[in-house]
Amino acid sequence: MTTPAETTGMSEGTSPQPDETPVRGLWRQGVEVFCENRLALVGLAMFVLLAAACFLGPLFYQTDQVHTDLSAVHLPPGTDGHPLGTDGVGYDQLGRLMLGGQTSIIVGLAAGILATVVGTVWGAIAGFAGGWVDAAMMRLVDAMMSIPSLFLFMLLAAIVTPSVSMLILIIGAFAWLGPARLVRGEALSLRSREYIQAMRSMGGAGGRAVRRHIIPNAIGTVIVNATFQIADAILYVAYLSFLGLGVPPPAANWGGMLSDGLADTFSGHWWLLYPPGIAIILIVLAFNFIGDGLRDAFEVRLRRR
Amino acid sequence: MSAPIDTAPYDGAPGDSGESRPLLQLRHLSTNIALRRGTVHALDDVNLEVRPGETLGIVGESGSGKTMTALSVMGLLPSGGSVVGGQILFEGRDLRSLPPDEVRRIRGVRMGMVFQDPLTSLNPTMRIGTQVAEPLRVHEGVGKAEARARAIEILRRVGMPRADKIVDDYPHQLSGGMRQRVVIAMALICSPRLLIADEPTTALDVTTQRQILELIDDLREEFGMAVILVTHDLGVIAGRADRVAVMYAGRVVETAPTARLFRAPRHRYTEALMESLPESVTGETGAGKRLYSIPGLPPDLSRPLNGCRFAPRCRFATPECRTTEVTLSTGEHRYACLHPVTATTTATAVRTVPAPPSTEAPEAATEAILSVRDLVKDYGATTGGLLRRASGQVSAVAGVSFEVHPGETFGLVGESGCGKSTVGRLVVGLEKPTAGQIVLDGTDIATLNRRERRRTHRQVQLMFQDSYAAMNPRMRVDAILAEPLEIQQVGDTSARRARITELLDQVGLSRRVLERYPHEFSGGQLQRLGLARALALQPRLIVGDEPVSALDVSIQAQVLNLMRDLQRELGLAYVFISHDLSVVDYMSDRIGVMYLGKLVEVGPAHDVVRAARHPYTQALIDAVPSVDPEPAAPRENITIRGELPSALNPPTGCRFRTRCPIAEQICETEPPLAGDRHQVACHFPLRPEPRTAGAPTGGIG
Repeated sequence: MTTPAETTGMSEGTSPQPDETPVRGLWRQGVEVFCENRLALVGLAMFVLLAAACFLGPLFYQTDQVHTDLSAVHLPPGTDGHPLGTDGVGYDQLGRLMLGGQTSIIVGLAAGILATVVGTVWGAIAGFAGGWVDAAMMRLVDAMMSIPSLFLFMLLAAIVTPSVSMLILIIGAFAWLGPARLVRGEALSLRSREYIQAMRSMGGAGGRAVRRHIIPNAIGTVIVNATFQIADAILYVAYLSFLGLGVPPPAANWGGMLSDGLADTFSGHWWLLYPPGIAIILIVLAFNFIGDGLRDAFEVRLRRR
Repeated sequence: MSAPIDTAPYDGAPGDSGESRPLLQLRHLSTNIALRRGTVHALDDVNLEVRPGETLGIVGESGSGKTMTALSVMGLLPSGGSVVGGQILFEGRDLRSLPPDEVRRIRGVRMGMVFQDPLTSLNPTMRIGTQVAEPLRVHEGVGKAEARARAIEILRRVGMPRADKIVDDYPHQLSGGMRQRVVIAMALICSPRLLIADEPTTALDVTTQRQILELIDDLREEFGMAVILVTHDLGVIAGRADRVAVMYAGRVVETAPTARLFRAPRHRYTEALMESLPESVTGETGAGKRLYSIPGLPPDLSRPLNGCRFAPRCRFATPECRTTEVTLSTGEHRYACLHPVTATTTATAVRTVPAPPSTEAPEAATEAILSVRDLVKDYGATTGGLLRRASGQVSAVAGVSFEVHPGETFGLVGESGCGKSTVGRLVVGLEKPTAGQIVLDGTDIATLNRRERRRTHRQVQLMFQDSYAAMNPRMRVDAILAEPLEIQQVGDTSARRARITELLDQVGLSRRVLERYPHEFSGGQLQRLGLARALALQPRLIVGDEPVSALDVSIQAQVLNLMRDLQRELGLAYVFISHDLSVVDYMSDRIGVMYLGKLVEVGPAHDVVRAARHPYTQALIDAVPSVDPEPAAPRENITIRGELPSALNPPTGCRFRTRCPIAEQICETEPPLAGDRHQVACHFPLRPEPRTAGAPTGGIG
């Protein structure tokens, strides 16, 4: 089509500036920015190492974590066969760390993801629907938030017998409130964006708005929040176990180990206290670093204008 | 290396140079802004001076460094920004070498600054009086009672009604114009020697703009201070400044006394800028001429640049321009150009080349593509309380009727809040009218069922002011352009693909943009994309809601030209909504003027702008600053005072009567929109309708 418009383009020399830079997808750009953030890479490495140690470690370093061995209690680190010593009932501390890590990571990931999914769906519906639907849904969230969660955890954990799946459900049942509020706010502001209006002026309807516009634009917030939710969930597991409401022995997790170790604080058995404590700090830090990096990665395209 | 340019003899008499020592002098000022990726050299070797009591206008497009100059002087650079070289001499002392405490005092007491957005430059939690008097309390240690008294006094001097009441108000209780007065009062309270106004009126309506500019002018004389007026609007500068500095890409390219600069610009950039103004074409005989548009985009200031920075976009550039550093010439009229405009080589010859055939005269009998009849839109206003009781109706549009014919541009002009955008949104079906008809191509869209209404979106499309906001930042251009086709289920994947490439050709973008995201484009390119998307469904009518208002003058010209080319080629009709009368005048065949939800005047563009019949239209025209520094004929100057009444409780009868200089008793009854081709809703039209029916002014007979 040879048109005046085409010659317009030429004569007015619109030579689009972006032509000069190579085309890169948003995904690539995001990964690049994530990698520019040193701490995020460190966090990712920390998580991978910890997870590998917990899940693959027992394959190479086999210990008996079922039968107590009262002949070998409170052995200090470095004792033959027990690099990190043993605890009060003779379990190998290093092996126990791995086993406990499995529970902590599984419960943390699962509960964090569960909370994020439930919260996102809840918040997106409330925010996009608006009106009395929004009001009713969010008042429920407010009501639940006003109850101290630790108190509820304790109550629930006292009623039901804690198991891994039960822990996931209990933590997930209360942790979704945060993401629900967050996503609701996001949906509320996205709903009135001009590109949604542009789509409506082309004849598009609500379903398309949610699918093509709201969800892709809210996903960054959701994923970033998910990493913090996971970190929180790991801490919740630790709290509960610390209070004696975690998974029952012989299963272990880091919070429970910390609680046991605390009883020995004044006996000089430091190897029972520090390793699980440090492990909790490391994994929570790792997720927070990853979350920060992801936030940068998702925001970059909007900022680099 | 620097090439000397013909050095004009120094105009100023040698004797008076000592007497009018500059108040502020910038010598070789360079400012950098460190960003994540690289350093932007925002200012590079800027030389300027401001004499006591004069107004210096700094004009330039976005990114030219005009605001950075102001911020460098005030020491308010954004984070990462720093002055890296040169001198800022204020009353002969270099601010860069003085101790910080003293500099702070000089900047606080001897200089004042007014920012663009009066809403964000006031603290919403502080009372007006406290805010205005804050500099006094900080710099002069004045007591509370005295500070309050002086705040009231200064508020009175900036023309605030009931100043003693307003001191106890909060910013949100004031209108935009009033807030800007408060900001000015705040800048003036310490009686500064220099007032820097950075786009002081850009966020305001033209009639308010005029009031504020006049206020600044009056205050300058009263306080005997110098003013630096930073703006992108050549018209604002032309009417108010004594001298003008034109900036481009971090440099001053031309400075001269205002009248001289506008009558005979020397730098090729200044010349091109003036030719890009719609006013430059419509002022002459032939409407419908193409605007000159500066090709390309301003340079990226984070890269090292050689030679004249405008050379890549300049019509007269020679290889020498790209390699030689050009410095400002000396004298009264300074410019940094190797091939300056001379009397003989004015560019008018160049401009007229692509002049299209004269305006197409659409047949009078064609049926209207859009016919709006008695359109009404009310919004329910609610109280902020828990129960959200309806407290009244905001009358956004109140009985608007007009017609748009195929191939025609209907301009809708008015100040913010007059309902022009609401009309646009109603026409494209984004809102439902409270009453009235919107007849699109013979069918009233209100009578259609949902499916049919969805199909009408093929007929009429909307073009947004900010195309960046109107595009999903997570979608690539190909997905953005395909979206309307997908929604309307037009063609299959390959057909859509073909249509998209065709669209890109039409708006003059390369096919490589398909894989890119909206944030990678400049404002003008985004507006082209927005136009392409609006064209995708082959509509017959496009509603443009301020489509060029966010663009720089030179880019605006590109987009306006493109819109006109496409109109001619595709037989499109436009409803062109804008607050900018000169742009509407340039684009439109017919113009409708809106005031507070009503059309007060409709007629052929030429007649409405040059022979307005409604007093509001005349006031609007008078308020628009012209680039002609000395208007040929002294205007009648209908100025309107006061503020736009609330649409929550609009005046009865003629809605303009509360501000109209010629209103009488009868205006309490509503005047009908009367007339043949040039209709007006006024009991006392300024002019009778010209008798020459069917005059060849290019309108609809």
